[in-house]
Amino acid sequence: MLASLFIQTGPASGGWTIYPPLSALGQASEGSKAGMDYWIIGMALFIISQLLGGLNYIATVLNMRTKGMSMTRVPLTIWALLFTAILGVLSFPVLLSGVVLLMFDRHLGTSFYLSDIYIAGQALANEGGSAILFQHLFWFLGHPEVYIIILPTMGIVSEVMSVNARKPIFGYMAMVFSMFAICVLAFLVWAHHMFVTGLNPFLGSVFVLLTLLIAVPSAIKVFNWLTTLWRGNIRFTPAMLFAIGFVSLFISGGLTGIFLGNSTIDIHLHDTMFVIAHFHIVMGVSAFFGMFCGIYHWFPKMYGRYMNNTLGYIHFWVTLIGAYLIFWPMHYQGFAGMPRRYLDKSSWVSFSQFHGLDAMITVVTVLVFAVQLMFVFNYFYSMYKGRRVRSLNPWGATTLEWTTPIRPGHGNWDGEIPEVHRWAYDYGKDGRDFIPQTEPIGEKESSH
Amino acid sequence: MEAICICLLYYWHYYWQRLRDAVEHFNNKKIFEVDIVSNEQHKRVHPHKFTLWVAIASIIMMFAGLTSAFIVKSNLTGWRTIVLPKIFWVSTIVILTSSVTMQMAIKAFKAREMQRYRSLMTVTVVLGLAFVVCQIMGFGELWDQNIRFKGSSGAGQFFYAIAGLHGLHVLGGVVALIVMVVRSLAGKSKLYSAVPAEVMGMYWHFVDLLWLYLLIFL
Repeated sequence: MLASLFIQTGPASGGWTIYPPLSALGQASEGSKAGMDYWIIGMALFIISQLLGGLNYIATVLNMRTKGMSMTRVPLTIWALLFTAILGVLSFPVLLSGVVLLMFDRHLGTSFYLSDIYIAGQALANEGGSAILFQHLFWFLGHPEVYIIILPTMGIVSEVMSVNARKPIFGYMAMVFSMFAICVLAFLVWAHHMFVTGLNPFLGSVFVLLTLLIAVPSAIKVFNWLTTLWRGNIRFTPAMLFAIGFVSLFISGGLTGIFLGNSTIDIHLHDTMFVIAHFHIVMGVSAFFGMFCGIYHWFPKMYGRYMNNTLGYIHFWVTLIGAYLIFWPMHYQGFAGMPRRYLDKSSWVSFSQFHGLDAMITVVTVLVFAVQLMFVFNYFYSMYKGRRVRSLNPWGATTLEWTTPIRPGHGNWDGEIPEVHRWAYDYGKDGRDFIPQTEPIGEKESSH
Repeated sequence: MEAICICLLYYWHYYWQRLRDAVEHFNNKKIFEVDIVSNEQHKRVHPHKFTLWVAIASIIMMFAGLTSAFIVKSNLTGWRTIVLPKIFWVSTIVILTSSVTMQMAIKAFKAREMQRYRSLMTVTVVLGLAFVVCQIMGFGELWDQNIRFKGSSGAGQFFYAIAGLHGLHVLGGVVALIVMVVRSLAGKSKLYSAVPAEVMGMYWHFVDLLWLYLLIFL
């Protein structure tokens, strides 16, 4: 895909959804020529590699756990990665089948997606194809894909929140089952991206119902995160702040999902800035917050040094406030009907009221981007010059990775692989701050 | 309303906690193992086999995508049907036979009759290749019936795409079979583990069944 930047006709220009017929016909635009082939081949390679990676994750989690690590003792991050891998393994092949047919259409003249096309007055031979078919195949991946991105960060946030609230995660099994429910529902809601394609309204209402059902497991997760914080002994480390920020953004972005999931409102809001706001808050910024949260939390494990806290706090506050300043106003723009993907909206009088708002958004975007550069600097600076980690377990966490040496060698542990005796969330139990997973259950220990 | 929801959630959570406690309790007493697969217990599914199961699920999803596209398209106007050439029935018999020889090969391996194992595997390779050749001949016949890639959509185009992809999967299996035959000839297999042969057999039966599904379907 990157290589296509350097070819004569330039990279693929079909957008991330590469809908045919634009993507299927080289005559359609410069970006539909060789660049599109590079895109498709790159995607096919990516699908195969993520399939093999996913197989590895699933087999490792289900088959290769250490002694005593029953599935009910596995930390939530690992559960999340398992579900993510399952989603990936089952949804990406459908996209592969879609792009294989697209390649046939591009190079062998088949009509899987093409019908009744005229280019410069010339009719093409293609007949009987359906461009909507590609959308079905694409969104059958496309929807699970958003959960592929958000689920690992949900796991990370659960983990970091429990460690830094010094409390067991609230509703461990509820967390697992809600992730499972999200996985199942992920495969049943793809057509909510297609409400304006002329989809049968009855079918649309079925997809509305299934889409709104996702609110249930999502709400269970949010409820459990909030109750994990409830009366916790919270340490506001940068990682914890990002975890809390994730929940905030997930709520704000999730609520607008209920608007968009309803086909009646979606027909008005489709392709407006409202969609941009929803998607970027719930998936873009939230997923990044989860990633930052994981990086700040596990950085000491990765490099044996801490990241700079002050820079971390600046990073968090500017990004959180900035994200809301950028995306919150877009909801109003969307309700006013302002379309997305337009370079210049100045010819519409009705959108001129938003010029000031757009200018503000631009300024904040530049600022937030600058802070991300600061984060990158913090990362590399701390790798070499950060404060050294002196103890094995700086956060007082129960999980196994903190029982390895500060700089783990090959195979992670010097001696035998440790045995696990308890779940990963024994915090504040029997008057003790935390009990590592490797410690056997005491005789008089209360059940959690 | 919110209050009711929160109460319901709370009770639900409470019962999960109790259930989990009960499971944990049984776990500790080793009466009831919740684990399907973990190191401390006997391994019911070998990791390689398990991985292949997941991979098979993944391949099924790809073909499910293609065949559902076929269903959707076949209801649209301008759809052209095809009559399958007889040679595809020959290829079906060939691949069914190859499944039988594959199974016999695994049996021979377990009985440590290596000579028999090698010859049966070779027969399977030959049958696999014969299947691919039959498919290509069948495609040729269709091509001669003026069913081409270009032009209006129809079952023919799908058939080329779907059966072609299936053929590639069979070819992949043939390559793996050849590797296994060569390995057994090299005589390095001092470890008589039947797992590779069984994994191979699983995959082979899978592509066989997949073809049957496609044949009935298309």
